[in-house]
Amino acid sequence: MSIPQQPDPGALASAPVLSVRNLSVDYRTRAGIARAVNNVSFDIAPGEVVAVVGESGSGKTTTAQAVMGLLAPNGHIAAGSVSVNGTDISAWSSHQLESVRGTAIGLIPQDPNNSLNPVTTIGANLAEVLRIHRVGPASVIRSRVIELLTRVGIPEPEVRAKQYPHELSGGMKQRVLIASAIALDPQLIIADEATSALDVTVQKRILDLLDELRSELGTAVLFVTHDLAVAADRASRIVVMKDGEIQEQGESAAVLSAPSTAYTRKLLTDAPSMILRDRDARAVPRARVDSASDADRIVTVRSLVQEFSRGRRQAFRAVDDVSFDVVRGTTHAIVGESGSGKTTVARAVAGFTRPTSGAVTVDGVDVSTLRRDALRQFRRQVQLVYQNPFSSLDPRQSVAEIVAEPLRNFGIGDRTTRAATVAEFIDRVALPASTLTRLPRELSGGQRQRVAIARALVLHPNVVVLDEAVSALDVTVQAQILALLERLQSELGLTYLFISHDLAVVRHIADTISVMRAGRIVENGSADAVFDFPTQDYTRELLEAIPGTTTTRSSR
Amino acid sequence: MKIDLSDRADAREQSIPTAEPSASLASLRDPALPDSAPGDQSSTATSRARGRFARGRFARLRDARAGLIIAWGIIGVVLLWALLPALFTGYNPLVGVPADKLQAPSLAHWFGTDALGRDLLARIIHGSVHSLSGALLAVSVGLVSGTAIGVIAGSAGGIVDDILMRVVDVLLAIPGLLLSLSIIILLGFGTTNAAIAVGVGSVASFARLSRSEVVRVRRTDYVEAAFGSGGRYARVLLRHVLPNSITTVIGYAALQFGVAILAISTLGFLGYGAPPPTPEWGLLIAEGRNYVATSWWLTTFPGLIVVIVVLAANRISSSLGRNRT
Repeated sequence: MSIPQQPDPGALASAPVLSVRNLSVDYRTRAGIARAVNNVSFDIAPGEVVAVVGESGSGKTTTAQAVMGLLAPNGHIAAGSVSVNGTDISAWSSHQLESVRGTAIGLIPQDPNNSLNPVTTIGANLAEVLRIHRVGPASVIRSRVIELLTRVGIPEPEVRAKQYPHELSGGMKQRVLIASAIALDPQLIIADEATSALDVTVQKRILDLLDELRSELGTAVLFVTHDLAVAADRASRIVVMKDGEIQEQGESAAVLSAPSTAYTRKLLTDAPSMILRDRDARAVPRARVDSASDADRIVTVRSLVQEFSRGRRQAFRAVDDVSFDVVRGTTHAIVGESGSGKTTVARAVAGFTRPTSGAVTVDGVDVSTLRRDALRQFRRQVQLVYQNPFSSLDPRQSVAEIVAEPLRNFGIGDRTTRAATVAEFIDRVALPASTLTRLPRELSGGQRQRVAIARALVLHPNVVVLDEAVSALDVTVQAQILALLERLQSELGLTYLFISHDLAVVRHIADTISVMRAGRIVENGSADAVFDFPTQDYTRELLEAIPGTTTTRSSR
Repeated sequence: MKIDLSDRADAREQSIPTAEPSASLASLRDPALPDSAPGDQSSTATSRARGRFARGRFARLRDARAGLIIAWGIIGVVLLWALLPALFTGYNPLVGVPADKLQAPSLAHWFGTDALGRDLLARIIHGSVHSLSGALLAVSVGLVSGTAIGVIAGSAGGIVDDILMRVVDVLLAIPGLLLSLSIIILLGFGTTNAAIAVGVGSVASFARLSRSEVVRVRRTDYVEAAFGSGGRYARVLLRHVLPNSITTVIGYAALQFGVAILAISTLGFLGYGAPPPTPEWGLLIAEGRNYVATSWWLTTFPGLIVVIVVLAANRISSSLGRNRT
């Protein structure tokens, strides 16, 4: 173990705020001791932004937790040191660490929707950190809360401080959490996947805010993210982790332009926004779009309106006069921020909600008029793949049972032919046959999503609705699933309706695009037209928000 | 605003002396430093306490496992009592030896004898079959009808849900003992009727619990996906909703088992259960009541057995609840 040298007064200006040396973290599990982080070392200088990048399971979050002393009860630092301002805090008790948390290190958690106490107001949530550290009397805390809310760009801070977390959007809540992280002017902010749960446009605004705060307050930032594009845009140095070990670290530009390990190169090619699209890849479906006759339009949506009743108040119009067509064998993407009504459209096409007015026709059948058994038979035509593979599979059924269920529901084949079909589709989604007997909880997110896709395809549907089907996955897994979807489309002649907030992903797979905002389609056209010549400001805003675009532009 | 902020940034630079950036933190570690910041503690003491805490947690974990094994052991022994009472005692539970009446616990009579000279341990062992089968019947009545009501209400929703749940609310509004007594008076006295009465009393809470679980599972993506892949209503209910909502209910049933033993004993004590000379646990305590002043063992031992069995059932119930995934 290398002992950091005692800083001499001359070199103090650049003495690291955080210095992690040979850090190893173990988890005690039933199977024995598992090493999650192995021999990790890096420094963060004052005012610097360092990004720790890796897939889930790479140990990046464990590293961040070890720095704050917030490891799970079965985890502990096995070796190495964590020094904050030159003081090793790795052996400190939880009580001692309270003096560092908040004051020296601020944390921005991953999911803004779960990180605020729902039964107290925003103001009380924010005041808590100030009260714990005894900043001053109630009046001082109150004015400081308003000041902080103003600082993170929340409009009408006095009003917001009296509201409850559920009354704020995800982006607003994340701003409140940032306010809480900077409340005591820490020298280091740890952002643990702080923007992963947010839409691209909101993500961009939050990242801009963090940048601004960093330059004004001189706070160092440790970004923990799976998105190399975000890291490339914002960090001055990048630490790439895999399986608990550092693969490489260095200046962002150097790591991105000349990655020294194969793993970093793979991450770079997998990040959807980091590479320019291969325009020939979708030549066949694009040609179909161009030469489509009316008979080729397998999905037609005309003047779709969907309202949700809100008791005595006026009904909420989630989808307002939406019309689009999808040509057989192509991919149509619906893009928009959360709340734009894109999922509602998807559910109407899949026959899960009955539209208030308008018509949805799939292969000549008007979905909105179907009842009971006709609707059940319609399920053979259209299948839906859900966003969250952790909630869309029955936790008590084996993979074989899950995939066989649609066949059983429609009484297709007998036991042996069903088993053969299931095995065939498990093979099609590139899962090993040994998966068949597993339960969902034994599979990773990507594997689960493959199972969900196999279940959707086993009935040979014509149309598959993919509702944010890759949004919950890591970039590497995302790239694999997207490649799988493209292969299945060409093999089985599928038509996709692809719902996403992530334009970078859409760019890879879509042939035609509708951009939705507040329940309306603002722009509609071929993918190339929308991406290269957007006509609406809103579309341009969405395009600019894609992380990695600035780097890509400057480096190419 | 911005001016204010830059001021604060300056202030911080001043507050942390650049000459020694680690000073403020170092001071926290050393309890001897007089100018330590608020919130510091003697580091050696806390780290020692932390070690003890960690070891204590391990010990607690091991104790918890041991407790569960003991709980299963107790239930096992009591089950054996119910099935093969002759293995555990040679005394007749119904016919006593008048000469040996009201003897204190001894080697010959471990738990002593009652006013008719009957061995108390024999009466407890032979009585377990009445108490256990009664509790089992009570829980079955509550579990089956309660879960049925809850599943129907939770999955049907709307007006059906409203009507069923208002009926359940009415049942919940009546005190359990009063409800059981009313039912016994309608059905007549006896162990079976007492068990049914206790079971009806628990229907409402089973219904409430299973309904809430069903409503939760009903909203999940995988249930919608099951409908989406062409599933019929009844089939989705049986294949997905019921298996995923039943774990909590089973855990509650184990808890209710202990409560039922207690409730049946209560009814026995009040004289609404099994008639004498049946050695039912509640009745044993009731009979011993007249001799509390002179023969403490007549109430104490049956009472202790009831307490131990109920605690064991609760322990098992909580482990069932925790294992659900």
